[in-house]
Amino acid sequence: MTVGVGKTLEIRHAPHVLSGYSVDTIMFNVVLALLPATIFAIYAIGLAAILVLGVAVASCLLAEVLVCRARETASTLDDWSVVITGLLFGLTLPPSLPLWMVAVGGAVSVVLGKGLFGGLGRNPFNPALVGRAFLQAAFPAAMTTWTPPFQPDRFASLPASTLAVPLMQPSTDVVTGATPLALWKFGGQGTDAGQLFFGAIGGSLGETSSILLLLGGAYLIARNMMSWRIPAALLGTVVLSSGLLHALAPDRYPSAAFMLFSGGLMLGALFMATDMVSSPTTPLGGVLFGVIIGLLVVVIRIWGGMPEGVMYAILLGNALVPHLDEWCRPRVYGSGRTAK
Amino acid sequence: MRLLGLKTFRHGIHPGEAKDATKGLAIQQFPFAPRLVVPLAQHIGNPSVPTVRPGEEVCRGQRIARPEGHLSVAMHAPATGVVRDIALTPTILGRMSLAIHIEPHAASTQEATPGTPCSLDAGPEEILRAVQEAGVVGLGGAAFPTHAKLTVPDGKRVDTLVVNGAECEPYLTTDHRVMLEQSDDLFVGIRYLLRATGAERVVIGVESNKEDAATLLRDRLPADLPVSVEVLRVKYPQGAEKMLITALLGREIPSGRLPIDIGAMCINVATTAEIGRLLPLGSGVRLWGITIGGPAVRRKGNYRIPIGTPLRFVLDTVGVDTSVARVFLGGPMMGNAVSSLDIVVTKGTSGVTAFTDIEAEWAHRRVFPCIGCGYCVDACPVFLNPAELERLAGSGGYAAMRSNHALMDCIECGSCSFVCPSHIPLVQHFRVAKAAVRKADAA
Repeated sequence: MTVGVGKTLEIRHAPHVLSGYSVDTIMFNVVLALLPATIFAIYAIGLAAILVLGVAVASCLLAEVLVCRARETASTLDDWSVVITGLLFGLTLPPSLPLWMVAVGGAVSVVLGKGLFGGLGRNPFNPALVGRAFLQAAFPAAMTTWTPPFQPDRFASLPASTLAVPLMQPSTDVVTGATPLALWKFGGQGTDAGQLFFGAIGGSLGETSSILLLLGGAYLIARNMMSWRIPAALLGTVVLSSGLLHALAPDRYPSAAFMLFSGGLMLGALFMATDMVSSPTTPLGGVLFGVIIGLLVVVIRIWGGMPEGVMYAILLGNALVPHLDEWCRPRVYGSGRTAK
Repeated sequence: MRLLGLKTFRHGIHPGEAKDATKGLAIQQFPFAPRLVVPLAQHIGNPSVPTVRPGEEVCRGQRIARPEGHLSVAMHAPATGVVRDIALTPTILGRMSLAIHIEPHAASTQEATPGTPCSLDAGPEEILRAVQEAGVVGLGGAAFPTHAKLTVPDGKRVDTLVVNGAECEPYLTTDHRVMLEQSDDLFVGIRYLLRATGAERVVIGVESNKEDAATLLRDRLPADLPVSVEVLRVKYPQGAEKMLITALLGREIPSGRLPIDIGAMCINVATTAEIGRLLPLGSGVRLWGITIGGPAVRRKGNYRIPIGTPLRFVLDTVGVDTSVARVFLGGPMMGNAVSSLDIVVTKGTSGVTAFTDIEAEWAHRRVFPCIGCGYCVDACPVFLNPAELERLAGSGGYAAMRSNHALMDCIECGSCSFVCPSHIPLVQHFRVAKAAVRKADAA
C-alpha cells in the first residue's frame, strides 16, 4: 500500500507510542547506580577489590554465554542484566576471597540461579545471592575471612589468599579483621554509627559505604527504575523492630542505627530485594515482602547462629513472591465491595 | 479523587500530549473528494438500508439510507452528486461493508437541503428518534448509535449526564476546538439531552491542558442550565467512560454494568455539539470534525471533513512527508493502523495521524522477556495485573484469564503496553484473548 509518495506503510497494533523505558536502559542504570559504591570499595580495599569484582563480572558473563549457547538462544549480554548479577555478586564477597572461588560462585549464580530457570525474567531467586549462598555453604571459612580496609599498601600487594590455588588451603598469614556484626555477635563490641555510614569498616566489598549505596538507590527511585516501597518497608521494619528490642534491653540488643548501617543490609535492601524479577509486582505485595525480609534479618542477626542474615532473609522472601502477589492482588475496578 | 486540586482517577499514564501543532487552529472545511464512499455499517448494530439506487441524483443532506431496527441509524448524502454504485468497501476493522459511492457534482454549491426540525420542547421519544434520523453515533472505534445509548431503560433513571471533553488521546484536538468554537451548539445539545434522558444535572469534564475551553464554557454558560464545568488532571485514559465518571462523580461502574446502572450517562462533547447543531435544522450528519496530524503530515489541522472521504484523498490533500511509515485512525494510544488507503473517514473517526520512520521505529522496539517490574500494574486504570494476564495468555489460558484475573474488565486503553519496558504487546494479547472468550461464549 502506498501513499502519494510511493511509500509502503506498516500495519501495527496500538498503542503507537511507548514510554521510552526499556529493560536494557533500566539494567544499565542499575549498573550506574552501583558504581559509586563499587568505586569506593576499590578505593578502600585496593587491588584485591579490582580482581574480585573483575572476576565476578567476567565469570558471570562467560557463564551466560555458555548458557545461551547450550540453550541455542541469541546472546543476552547486551541487556546488562548479567553485568548486574556479576557486580552484585562481587559486592557481596569478602575482599580476600580466592579468585577461583569467585569464578565458581559467579558461574553458579548465572547457571543455577538463572539459566536453569529459563533466563532473564524467570529466576525465582536473586541470582547473585544464589551464588553467594553456594559459596557460603561450600567455603564457610573463606567466606568469613575479612581484610580491613585502607591498608597502606593496598594497591601494591594482594592478600595471599587471593591467588590461592583451588582446593589448597589458603595461607593463614593474612591480616584479618572482623566485621562490625561479628564483633558485636561474638565479642559484644559496638561500632560507631558514623564509621558505618561512611564506610570505614571491614566487611564484604559492597557493605562498606551506606551513603554511596543510598545515593545510588535514590537515583534509581528518582528515575522510577526501582521500587521505593520495598526498601522503605524493609529498612523501616529493621529500624522499628530492632529499635524496640534495643529500648527493651539496651545491653543485649544493638541500636537501630547499628542494625541499619552494618552488614549487607543497605546493599540487600536497595539493590537485591528490589530485583524486579524476584520481587512482587503488586504494590502491597512489595510492602509485605519488605516487612517479611526486614523481620527475618533482625531474627537471624539476633537469634540466629550467624552474624549476618540479609542473604537468607532475601532468598526466603523471594520464595514467597508468587504467594504475596496472589494475596495482594488489587481490587479490580468495579468489583468487590462496590459490585451490586 | 482529587490530586493537586484537580479531579482525576487512580493509576493511568502520561504520554506526550503532542497537541501544540493543531490546538490553536480553527476547524476548517475539508474539500470534497472526487468520490465519496459512505459505508452502511459505520456503527455497531444493524447496517443501514440504502434508499437510493445507482444512477440517482442526490442532494447534500438528503437521506440516502434508513435505519434498520432500533440499533441502527440513518445516513445522509455528504455531497450533492450522483450515486455511482452500491458496492463493498474496506473498513478500518478489516471487514468489508456495503457502501454508497457518490460522485459529487463539481459545479454544485453544495448547499444542504433542510429537513424537519426537532423542537426543544419535543418529548424524549421524539428527540431520540430525531437523533437516530440525524444518524448520530458515538466517537471511537465502537461507534455506538447515540440514540440507543441515550435511551433510558424501564426502571432506570439518570441523575447526572457526563459530557466528555477530556480528549486524553495525544495529537487529537477537535474536541478542544469544538468547545472553543461551538459552545452554543454544545449548550443546545445539552438541552436536548436533558429532555431526552430526564437527567437533573450535567458535568462537563475538561482536562487542564484545555483550561481556555473550560473558562470559555463557564463564561458562556446559560444561567438556566444545571451545568458545571470541571477541570481534570491531564492523564491518560481520563476520557475513558469509567475513568471519567469515577473522577467526576466518585462512583465506580460495577463490573459488566453500564454507567446507567449508577445513574450516570456519558456522552462526548463533539457528539453533543453535533446534536445541538443538527436537530434544530432537522439535518443529518454529513461532516465529521477530525484532527489530521502527526509528524508526517504537512498541513496539520482540524477539519470538518465529508463522511466517506477516502484516506488516499485525505493524505494527498494535506500532504505527507516522504518518510511516512504508519497511518492510523484516531490517536496513537488506541487508533487502528490503516490497512488500505481506500478506507474512508466515517462517523466516529476522531482523527487521522501519520507517523514518520522515526516515531514508527521508536514504537517498535526489541521485545525482552517480562522482568516483573510491575509498571503495568501501576498503570492499569482498572487495577488488573497485566503481567500475570500475559503469562496466562502465552499458554492460551484464556478461561483462567477471565475467571481469575478479570480479563473482561480490560478496557483496552493500552496503558500497560505503553509502560512495558520489555515492549511486550500486552493489550494486543488481551484483545485477542477477549475475542477468543467471546467467540467461545457465542458457540
